[in-house]
Amino acid sequence: MSPEMIRLLAGATGETLLMVAISAGLGTLFGLPLGVFLATSGKGELFAAPWANRVLGVVVNATRSTPFIILVVAIIPFTRLIAGTSIGTNAAIVPLTVASTPFIARLIEGAIREVDQGLIEAARAFGASPLQIVLKVLIPEALPGIVLGLTLAVVSLIGFSAMVGAVGGGGLGDLGIRYGYQRFMPEMMLAVVVVLIVLVQALQSLGDILARHLNKRIRHA
Amino acid sequence: MVDIENELRHCCTAESDALMNAPLGYLNDTALQRLVPAEAIVRLESVSKVYPGRHGAPVSALDGIDLAVPQGSVLGVIGRSGAGKSTLIRLVNGLEKPTSGRVIVDGADISALPERALRHARRSIGMIFQHFNLLSSRTAAENVALPLEVAGYDKAAITARVDELLSLVGLADKRNRYPSELSGGQKQRVGIARALATKPKVLLSDEATSALDPETTRSILDLLSRINAELGLTVLLITHEMAVIRSIAKEVAVIDAGRIVEKGDVFDVFTRPQHPVTRSFLADETGRALPPYVADRLRPEAAPGTQAVVRIGFRGPHATDPVLARLARDLNIETNILAGSVDEIAGRPCGTLVIGVPEASLEKTLTFLKHYGLDTEVLGHVA
Repeated sequence: MSPEMIRLLAGATGETLLMVAISAGLGTLFGLPLGVFLATSGKGELFAAPWANRVLGVVVNATRSTPFIILVVAIIPFTRLIAGTSIGTNAAIVPLTVASTPFIARLIEGAIREVDQGLIEAARAFGASPLQIVLKVLIPEALPGIVLGLTLAVVSLIGFSAMVGAVGGGGLGDLGIRYGYQRFMPEMMLAVVVVLIVLVQALQSLGDILARHLNKRIRHA
Repeated sequence: MVDIENELRHCCTAESDALMNAPLGYLNDTALQRLVPAEAIVRLESVSKVYPGRHGAPVSALDGIDLAVPQGSVLGVIGRSGAGKSTLIRLVNGLEKPTSGRVIVDGADISALPERALRHARRSIGMIFQHFNLLSSRTAAENVALPLEVAGYDKAAITARVDELLSLVGLADKRNRYPSELSGGQKQRVGIARALATKPKVLLSDEATSALDPETTRSILDLLSRINAELGLTVLLITHEMAVIRSIAKEVAVIDAGRIVEKGDVFDVFTRPQHPVTRSFLADETGRALPPYVADRLRPEAAPGTQAVVRIGFRGPHATDPVLARLARDLNIETNILAGSVDEIAGRPCGTLVIGVPEASLEKTLTFLKHYGLDTEVLGHVA
């Protein structure tokens, strides 16, 4: 590989990591409260609001059932409003965040619903408020599951971020399409795939280790 | 010579029994306290709870419950699963709201308190659970600290209180262990420490020993008894095990199909059960069941050659009286022991003896036994 190729590859990897990191961060920022709300607002639950729960559930499902590439195109006006443009790495962060938020919300909802109902009862019994129950019981107890969910979300975002290359976003996907495919450079295509595999492996391992470290339900030697 | 008149005078109530005739060991504070009616710290007044049924018909879980738990006492509610005891205990700290009636705890109507005031009131009502309900992500010390964090204590106060509580339950050396590293008994001790964190006046125990083996159960019940005695904490516990009631409770309420069918002093209820449900709970207790070789041959009517089978209940100080020897000596009646046991319930001795008596001497025997204040019951006749 030429130094030029390595330079391109490094730049694209950086762009991908930036897009994924920012959209995962924003997705968690919006997805965490949304997920907590979805997990606690059913009938008879802590913040019982069955109607809001149902409406949000429908919105989340609608967003998740839209194929990502269509979502990217469909929200171009919104992307332009937020990022000022619809082309490039910065612009790509908008659809990535929009797609990851409901995904992360569902993962967090699932993790929180796994928490033993008895703990909520115990916390209510010693006088905890619903907010205290969320912050001191539900989130800490669900944390290993949340970390695994976020790992899954980040890995998915890496895949999504490769797709935004098709609409002028930067990153590894863009590099693979333009150099590997359109300029017939199979070695570049191969390099992009290898970098993506390494990236996903590393992130998944990191997430697994972190989740295992946080999980005190299992006895550690 | 025994002075029967004098004996009888002392037998008018169980309380005076315990006081006047008990050997010194049995003359404890509890017996004295019982002479002064204690203020009820928990009071349920005609409480009913109806759940909306899933398929139309509403389900009644509790129906017209009246119950008073005196300050400083240990009251046990026993019932089969589905009898309504879980609902009952959850009404006391407002985890459930009654459909009608009032729940008064320490002067406050729990059933009418707004949410914020209810949360505050719950700090003076501790609760422990069958499955402990500890946070797996927190160490023993951190679990005990949780109610204090919620109540807004500062860090130094929390650390001091947690150390004190873990020492009280005997887990000072396990403070940094996670629940997964503790045994069932140790987890329940953490649960107890957590329940006591905010210095409650009442402790609710929801089948706290049902998931534990008998030996661990005993140690947890001992701990609860100690806390009751040393801290003066009122304990309301629900259970389906008579053994739990007998080893810790001073008063018992038997609940069946959402109603309290019998309540009273544990000793009285154990020695003179009135309701069939109570009797069925007691059926497994030692000395109450007839041995099969007697039960199989038992007939309701006397016949030539039969002897009468009489159950004698010894209560309190009489449990150790040599009644049969006196029967033989004073009346020259020879009896035949068929079954029996002497035991201790709520710290007082009691016994059951099943004897065979010659039919001709039956009346004299019963009169003699009643003079001693013993309970008698003719179970039947056996050849």
